[in-house]
Amino acid sequence: MGTQFDFPGGIHPPDNKLRSLQTPIRQAPLPDRLTVPLRQHRGDPGRVVVAAGDHVLTGQPLSEGQPGRSVPVHAPTSGTITAIKSHEVPHPSGLEETCILIEADGRDQWYELAPCPDSASTAERYDHLHRTGVVGLGGAGFPTRDKLQSAEAAPDVLILNGAECEPYITADQALMRERPDSVVAGALALWRLVGAGRCLIGIEDNKPDAIEALRQSAEGTSVEIRVVATRYPSGGERQLIQLLTGLEVPSGGLPADVGVLCQNVATAVAVDRSLRLGEPVIQRITTLTGEALARPGNIEARIGTPLDHLLFEAGLDPQRLHRLIMGGPLMGFDLTTTGLPLIKTANCLIAGTAGEFPDPPIPQPCIRCGLCEQACPVDLLPQQLYWFASAGEHRKAEHFDLFDCIECGACDWVCPSHLPLTDYYRHSKGVLRQEQKEQAEADHARQRFEERQARLEREQAEREERRRARQQAREQHHNVAPAEASEAATAAATSPTAPGPDRETLIQRRDQARQKVEEAQAQLAEAREQTPEAVPKLERALNKHQKRLDAAEKALSDAQEDT
Amino acid sequence: MWMNLLLAIATLLLLAGAFGALLGYASVRLRRDDDSLVEQIDAVLPQTQCGQCGYPGCRPYAEAIAEGDAINKCPPGGEATIQSLANLLDVEPQPLDAEHGEEQPKRVAYIREAECIGCTKCIQACPVDAIVGAPKFMHTVIESECTGCDLCVDPCPVDCIDMIEVARGIDDWVPPHPADRPLTHDGPVIATDQRPAEASA
Repeated sequence: MGTQFDFPGGIHPPDNKLRSLQTPIRQAPLPDRLTVPLRQHRGDPGRVVVAAGDHVLTGQPLSEGQPGRSVPVHAPTSGTITAIKSHEVPHPSGLEETCILIEADGRDQWYELAPCPDSASTAERYDHLHRTGVVGLGGAGFPTRDKLQSAEAAPDVLILNGAECEPYITADQALMRERPDSVVAGALALWRLVGAGRCLIGIEDNKPDAIEALRQSAEGTSVEIRVVATRYPSGGERQLIQLLTGLEVPSGGLPADVGVLCQNVATAVAVDRSLRLGEPVIQRITTLTGEALARPGNIEARIGTPLDHLLFEAGLDPQRLHRLIMGGPLMGFDLTTTGLPLIKTANCLIAGTAGEFPDPPIPQPCIRCGLCEQACPVDLLPQQLYWFASAGEHRKAEHFDLFDCIECGACDWVCPSHLPLTDYYRHSKGVLRQEQKEQAEADHARQRFEERQARLEREQAEREERRRARQQAREQHHNVAPAEASEAATAAATSPTAPGPDRETLIQRRDQARQKVEEAQAQLAEAREQTPEAVPKLERALNKHQKRLDAAEKALSDAQEDT
Repeated sequence: MWMNLLLAIATLLLLAGAFGALLGYASVRLRRDDDSLVEQIDAVLPQTQCGQCGYPGCRPYAEAIAEGDAINKCPPGGEATIQSLANLLDVEPQPLDAEHGEEQPKRVAYIREAECIGCTKCIQACPVDAIVGAPKFMHTVIESECTGCDLCVDPCPVDCIDMIEVARGIDDWVPPHPADRPLTHDGPVIATDQRPAEASA
């Protein structure tokens, strides 16, 4: 075991992991109906490439990635698409998003899968991963391709995160102890892909079975198994990097900035299967636990499987169910309905009883005891952040590095006043993000407005310019024409393309002028009877038109004389 | 004695005169750039260019504020903008002046395309070029560019433009303030470390 480094703070909550580790990973039976949300990752939803009524095969793409962080989703089983519509998705907001509803035909026929060819370049391999819908399966759902691309050079260290520090969750532990070979294969596949100097798998020491299994599988390879002391949140990406390498990811930076790439163990397995078999992410191992379940354990289920289907499999007692949590008890969020689908990032589902998860006590005022500050794994000042966040002074909270908060919930756990501190930070972050978004929109609108103003001014100037040019040409014609008429005539005689208007244009002009004069005369007559105050103005206009008519007639007669 | 007194007075006068001259020079020479202030105010305004403040756009209003106009005339920006302006200018925030309109959720214009006669009047009215179309052809609004300023609604001769509230998706969702959340317990508990269930038991 190499040198152990440390991260600040941390807590030791009861881990409650044994309950779901009694049985091996089970396969969930195929449900009749599946709901596949278009967005199961951090980013934008992809573009749907199927339509309602289509028959799809297992693993067939349902959407395709768009520029930006947009990852496709795939059909979890063969069947018919019944609808593409808004449906509730697992999210703390409880809002709806576009989902593809599939009625399974039960045959589970596979789509033809295309493994990544050996000759593919690194960029092509990244794109292959993206096409097969690989995202971080640890819980955050960051698109794997974008994470791999974030490093400009090959990282020094590749870390596989098998720490799984949050209580109750055992999905990664089950994967590591039962399928250590595939984890090591995934580690090697990722290692080859990114070309790091070393490859470490970090595991907490409360998983001896997984450590032993991985040690055996990793024998003969250069993959190092690193055991770290159990302490929440050692499984946080930044915390694990700090534990294993002693390097601290800078504030606002990425692990790539310190030459580290960190991936969850389940993601590594998905990467391997994607490259080797061409298999898209259509299933995952998820932990079903909590005292309201008769048969807790880890279950491998298709993405899109309704949660009530899984909970039924695990023997849910609806009478005893008090809180349904997706994710762990510290970082997860409550679900209000079981009609939601399983998504790529759902690593755990806790059906807790009232005794297990009592309602939170009424928050008492902050007494500035400083326990939260000692528990914070990122060395923030939680009570100060709470002070600002609760008072709506989000900017000040930002100056106290609010965005470095990993929302681990350690401060909540130690708070003697039972303040929901992390909820305050989430709220504050949300407000700030929304403000940033609005600011960006306003800047965009300002740019468009200014460009439009500039365009209007330019057009106005051009019109002015044209008008002046026309006027100039006319004046020139009037002044120059009589004096140089003979000259022009000789020029016209020698060259058929001589300048100056031809006879027809002149006639047209004279007719127009005559019409104007007639109109003006009519208006004047009318004005004399009805609106005497307008008479002088109209008289002036008539004079002007009359002059123009005279000029036009003169020009015409000149032209006739010339010819 | 007299000499000392006069000397002290003269020294003080000299000092006052010197510093006065320095301050006067500084106030002229280091005057705050008005343009940069206008820029800063303009950056806070929501850029809907709606003209509800009575000025033809956000920048003219920013200029007016820099000249000393009230900061509470911007309904699209609402309380948040007033607060930011108050912070920026170091003045007391005032409630929104209802004379200029009320704060509303973000809306976008929507053209009922079947009724559009293709007159281009709305296109000319749109301050951010968010409407596409040509004479005698149907027009439509580019939703992502529309600032919801309402300026296209009045010029439309056939009243085919609706202002629709923007549906808020997960991307716009802000986690609620914990204090706004409904309490899971009945009634308030006065400072005590007991939980209500235990207290009543």
